[in-house]
Formats: sequence, structure tokens, C-alpha cells
Amino acid sequence: MDVNTEDILTQSFDVLVIGAGGAGLRAAIESRSRGLSTAVICKSLYGKAHTVMAEGGVAAALGNVYSEDNWKVHFRDTVRGGKMLNNWRMAQLHAQEAPDRVLELEAWGALFDRTDDGRILQRDFGGHRYARLAHVGDRTGLEMIRTLQNKATSVGIEVFMEHKILRILVDASGNACGALGYTRPSGQFVLFKAKAIVLATGGIGRSWKYTSNSWESTGDGHALAFSAGADMIDMECVQFHPTGMVWPLSVRGLLVTEGVRGDGGALLNSENQRFMFNYIPEMFRAETAETEEEADRWYEDHASARRTPDLLPRDEVARAINAEVKAGRGSPHGGVFLDIASRRTPEYIKRRLPSMYSQFLELAGVDITQEPMEVGPTCHYMMGGVRVDADTAATTVPGLFAAGEVAGGMHGANRLGGNSLSDLIVFGRRAGIGAADYAEGLAGTVDPEVSQATETAKEALAPFSRETGESPYRIHADLQECMQTLVGIIRTESELLQALDEISKLKERASKASVQGGREYNPAWNLATDLPSMLAVSEMVTRGALDRKESRGGHTRDDYPSPDPEFAKVNLVQRMQDGTHTVQPEPLPEMPEELKALFEDDHTGQAPKEDH
Amino acid sequence: MTEVTMSIWRGDSSGGSFFDYNLERVEGEVVLDVVHRIQATLAPDLACRWNCKAGKCGSCSAEIDGKPSLMCMTRMDTLPNDKITITPMKTFPIIRDLVTDVSFNYVMARQIPPFTPGDPEPDGTYRMQQVDIDRAQEFHKCIECFLCQDVCHVIRDHEVNKLYYAGPRFFVRLASLDMHPLDTVDRRELARQHLGLGFCNITKCCTEVCPEHIKITDNAIIPLKERVVDSSYDPIAWLGRKIRRKVKYTVDQVYALAPAQVAPTALDRLPATAIDDEGKS
Repeated sequence: MDVNTEDILTQSFDVLVIGAGGAGLRAAIESRSRGLSTAVICKSLYGKAHTVMAEGGVAAALGNVYSEDNWKVHFRDTVRGGKMLNNWRMAQLHAQEAPDRVLELEAWGALFDRTDDGRILQRDFGGHRYARLAHVGDRTGLEMIRTLQNKATSVGIEVFMEHKILRILVDASGNACGALGYTRPSGQFVLFKAKAIVLATGGIGRSWKYTSNSWESTGDGHALAFSAGADMIDMECVQFHPTGMVWPLSVRGLLVTEGVRGDGGALLNSENQRFMFNYIPEMFRAETAETEEEADRWYEDHASARRTPDLLPRDEVARAINAEVKAGRGSPHGGVFLDIASRRTPEYIKRRLPSMYSQFLELAGVDITQEPMEVGPTCHYMMGGVRVDADTAATTVPGLFAAGEVAGGMHGANRLGGNSLSDLIVFGRRAGIGAADYAEGLAGTVDPEVSQATETAKEALAPFSRETGESPYRIHADLQECMQTLVGIIRTESELLQALDEISKLKERASKASVQGGREYNPAWNLATDLPSMLAVSEMVTRGALDRKESRGGHTRDDYPSPDPEFAKVNLVQRMQDGTHTVQPEPLPEMPEELKALFEDDHTGQAPKEDH
Repeated sequence: MTEVTMSIWRGDSSGGSFFDYNLERVEGEVVLDVVHRIQATLAPDLACRWNCKAGKCGSCSAEIDGKPSLMCMTRMDTLPNDKITITPMKTFPIIRDLVTDVSFNYVMARQIPPFTPGDPEPDGTYRMQQVDIDRAQEFHKCIECFLCQDVCHVIRDHEVNKLYYAGPRFFVRLASLDMHPLDTVDRRELARQHLGLGFCNITKCCTEVCPEHIKITDNAIIPLKERVVDSSYDPIAWLGRKIRRKVKYTVDQVYALAPAQVAPTALDRLPATAIDDEGKS
């Protein structure tokens, strides 16, 4: 099918934000508030982005419940949770700025649950030393996105709903200056010209069979940045959330919030044992309860008791559940039990966890106030991503910025629960400032190469012209099967090599896929245009996983079961260099001495104090 | 395994008809699972909107056996018949198959002046008691599935009313702002004159279809109507407003204070151009 330039609509803005979740909206609000014309691209309808699915809360050291909390404790928790692979500067900015960003949401109309003295209530979560998560029951993400959506509307951003972006366009000197996409209702191609572009496209979960992620999470931003020449880091670090639903099969992978454990729920195996006591790693031993009695007392009293091992960081809990199921101590449908029914009153459960209550009742016929849930690991979050400058969110491609899940570095090898929502607002804002500064500094108009746009549009339409060829649904299902079985929670060299081989075959099949019908709201075509992103991301994850010959955080190698101190010092950087996909270790940014000192008292289990 | 026939309306703005798809039933499935299986095997280009498949995003709204529902939260085993019909939401224009153009709702959203808080405490933060925000939090549960808009006969059966009527979703939004302890804007005249609150004759259809079980009519619309009536016709309430200390901005004051791009554009503000000052068309 031929495409000429007249077939493509053109739109021009100062700042183009791709992605309308928490990070994208926060970036757009910032850039629009500076007076720059700003557009936001939604892959779905406005306000439906994956952020709405965030449940438990947003982490910020407000100190409303435990006044001992401060940014240094939050910083230390984040970096220890990330197994020391975090970009220290991102983790520092995140811990320092999260409280202001949460209070800002309140000033924009968000209604968080309250403490008795009328402040924002905070909840316990895995890996956080103090109750730190500002929340609204178990629907915090919805509150956040609606607040940002209303704010963004009121400052006057342009919203392009149901648009899929296919390519970042660069000018002759390699600066990002536009994007080509199409609108799903009509299939019309649109060329967006922009002085600066913010990627805020979220995650990658749809390449796995069991995932907590929504339809949109196909890794578009990761693939767009990579093909525009950006550096990608630590793509092997994928988080499997320990508690997804396991039954019925049709909802397998659906998230069960960590808030269930934060509010008193305990993990049990088929022998009714609280098995997490057998999986306490050395790094967290000093601050973790040894007995069930101590663990239960901790919920009421953090001073005299240590935290329950049910709230170890997610990587630890996910591996433990995996091991219990493998050892034959799993639940009937291949998970373990998560029990809050016998530990809290029905009224408490319904008030604190209303979505979980209705989700299990309506989808699984399980009343969680009366019986335990069955849960197991589910593909949840990409810690790796586009390499960015911590302060400005600039990628290695001039004019291209990235924030939120698509950016790498903030969470190291494993993300703590609650740190993603705070990541969105802290770095969304910083990306908005970074992009606005950059756009203001550019004189004249931008000039993307139109040939890149027509070439991309032509490629996108190719499936229509193939009379015979596979259905994209089939290829997608096979990719999910491949990633689930070969690049899942526990990895090993032979399987990773096999996965690489299969991914290259799947790429071949995808290049011959065929789609019938028209361009108007055709889901088969939409999926065909998502496949290249999913395949690119799958390859990056697999290649990173092959090269990181150790186990760290979300990345676990059966053949290299321990962390390797040499790998602790490096990011694995992937980039396109002269047409070749390379993976190479590069040193992590060096943490300053005063921050390093925060980790020296690890063995005592003491938290750092804030100095005034 | 028993079979089920899914009878799905397919077509576009020029018209369409029902297509039947026969499939085996699978234990535990919801309607959206079956639609996905139809896409993967029988009709790859069958258009439907969906995102989270967890009842949290409100994308997969449709009418299942005539009832406005989320496809992702309707379990197949709750539908007794062996033939199940799925049609797109009737109130909104068709794009294709089960996908409708819901932009009416986004235009309406822009008519409502934004949340405008008063001054914070001396430490720069706000204080609110849980008991004072419980009700507004109920309204914040709204996932914008627009099923309440779909079922509301004021616009479902009378296309012309879309010019004068914001619909239950936005009455819930107005109520949530009205009951927000920090907000300072008085939107009652807007609700009465331009957003058509008076058209609602409290048949409670919206409450019945709300997947978040928000008591739209009882908790949002009726209290809002009462407050609007008080504001317009009750002399004591009028006097009370005059002597009350808390500043309440009118909608026009908010727009006057706001940067130009906040105020509705001529295109957005269809109701205002079509209605005279007395609120009569």
C-alpha cells in the first residue's frame, strides 16, 4: 500500500508527551504551566492508563504516622530494596521530593485517607521501614490519575486519545523532533512535530502470559527510544509481583495488592505454615521478625517488634512462593494462600481493601472476609529502561526525555511497592521541566525528515497487503508462552538461548503477518503494530538476562544463584550501534560518601536519623 | 463442555447487524474473555475497547443482553441463556462494532470549573477529618465507564438534550466538588442553568448500572438538587450566603481569574450559546 505525504496529518507543539498515565500527565502539566503548547498522546481513552490499576499507595516520607521517618530512611530502603543497583541520584531526588508531590496532589483535589488528626494516613508496605504509603483504600492509582487528569484539563493541554505512536523522528543531526502515529478510530496517520518529546509509556507486561499489566503495556516507549538510538539500562530487571490471582485461569495474573499484607494478611502454604519465616535473607535478617508473635505485634508497634517477613521486598517473596509451589506445598490452583479473613474483621477488610473484596467476590466467587485467597507471582514491572539524567530526565538522544516506568535506574534491580506512583510524580515533573527548558532553548521550527514518516506508515500498512500470513493473535500468544516459560522468574542460560532463538523466529513470523479488514478500529491491525515493540523488548530482556551472570533483585539465574559483587558495580547498557544491537557493562554512577555512610550500619538494623 | 452463542452487533455509523459466534464455554470466564477468543479465532477485526480487564479502568462498557455492563466484570456463568447478545452503548455514536464515540463526556468534563482550594494551614498542608471526606471519596470511586450516561433516558432517548444536559457522571463530579471540604467554588448556578440538573427525574437507572456501586441518585443527585433549589428559591439560604464568612467564587469569577485556556472555548460551551439567561431554551 502506498503512502504519500498528503495521507498524513500534521500537528505541531512545543512539547509532545507520549503516554497519559501519572508520569505523562504530570510532565504535561509542568510544561503547559510554563506556557508552552503541550500535547498528550493516550493509547486508550483519557484517564484509562495503567496508573488506574495501582492499588496500595504512593510512598513518601511525610512522617505522619511515624515521625521518625525522613527522606534518608526512604532513600536507604529504596536502594537496599533495589539491591544497590539504583541510580543514587534518582533515588535521592525521589525520596526528597515525593512528600511535596503528594501534598501537591492534595492541593489539586485528591482525597487521601486520613489520620485521626486530619493528616494524610500512611500504610505499611514491603521493604519500607515505616508506614509510608499515602493511599485511598486500595484504589490509589485511580485517585491519582483522576486528580492529574482534571488538573491537566484545567491548564489546557491538548489530548489525543486512542493514538498509537510508531516511531520517534529525528532530524539530520540526530535530535528527536517528532513522532509518527495513527489514530485508532479511523486509522489516519498523524505526524506530530515537537521541539521536545517526553516518553511516558509505562511497562512491558503484555509480552508475558500471566501479567498484572493492562492491554497498553507493550513496551512501546522502550522500543521507540531504542530505535531512536537511546541507551537502555538493566533491561533484565523485571519484577514479578508475588501476589497475583491464580484462579480462575481467565484472570490469572490480576494484581492482589501488597496492601493485603500491609494491613495484616499472611502468606500460608498448603501445610498452613507461614513459610516466609524460612526465607529471610541475610541482608534483612536484623530488621525482620523471628517469630509469628513478634511479626503480629509489629503491626501495632514498630518500636518493640520487627517487621513481618511477609513484607520482605517483592523479589524475595516472589521467589519464596515459587519455591514453595515447586516443593509441592502450593494451593490447589498452583499458588499459595494469602489469609486476611482469619486475622482481621470483615468490616476492616471491606473498608481497607474494597476493590480486593469485590474483585475476588465477583471474579472468583471467593469472599476474602471468610476464606483465604490463592495467589502466585505475576509479571508486574520493568525496573530497567531508558537511561536518563536524574535531574532533567533527558535521555541520550537530544530532545528526548523519559519518565516513569519507561525510564531506568530509579529502582535498581527491584522496586519497592509504592515507589512507582511517587516515581511518576517526581520524575514526571522533572521531565516536564527538562523538556520545557530544552524546547525554550531551541530557536526556529523543528524539521523532521518526512521520508521517515512515510516509510514507517508504509511498513505499518504492510500486513493488509499480505493475502496469506499468520494472524497477529497467534504470534502474540506464542511470544507470551515463550517469555513465560523461558524468561520468567527463574532463568538459566540454556533457556535464555532458546528464547533468543524463538524470538528471532517470531520476528520473522511477525514480518509476514497478515491482517484483514480496514484500518478503522481494527484490533488485529493494532496488535500487528504492537508486535514489533513487544518483540524488541523481549529481545532486550533476554539479552540482558543472558549477560548478567548473577542473581540480583528481580533477575534470578538458576545457574548463577548468588549476587556477584562485580556485577553490583555495573549497568548493562544496550544500544544500537551502527546497526548492531550491543550489550555492555558500564560503571554505575558513584554514590557520594555521605550517602554511602547510610548503609554502613546495615548490621544493626538501625534507621538513619535526619539531621536538622 | 456446553456451547454458547454470542450474538454481537457489528457495523459502523452507516448501519450494521448481529453476527452469531458459537464457542465452547470455559469455566470462570467473563464476557470479555469470550470476546477475546472470538477475536483470536473467528473474527480478528471485531472491534471492542478494553484495557485493564479488572474493572478498574471502565473501558469495556457495552450492553449485555440489553443491560449496560462492563464486559470484564460480567461472568459468563451469571448469564442463564445459551445465546447472549452484546450491543454497543446506545447513547453514543457508533465508531465500529462495540466501540462508540464517547467524546461527549470529555467535552462535558471541560465545562466544570476546576477544584479551587482555600488557604492551607500555617505549615502549608491541609487538615481534613475522615468523616468529612467519606462521601466525596465515594464519588471519587467513579471509573468513568459512562454506563450511567448510557442508561440515562434524558440523553439515551433524546439526542437534542446532549446540548443541555451533563448526565449522572458529571452530577457525581459536581457533588464530589461540592462536598470536598477544601473547595471554594459555587457551581450551583452552572448545574442548574447550563448542565441540566433539573432534567433528571431520579429514576435511579444510573445507580443500578454503576459497577462501583456509587449511590448516584441518593447520595449525589438528590442532595445536589436540594442545594441548587435552596440557592435559587430559599430566602433564608440567600441571606445565609450573604453573611457567611467562607469565600465562594461563582463560576464566572473563576473563569475571570483563570488563564484564558481554562475557560471553555466557544466550541466547548454549547449549552451556553443555546440557552438564554433564564435557563430556558
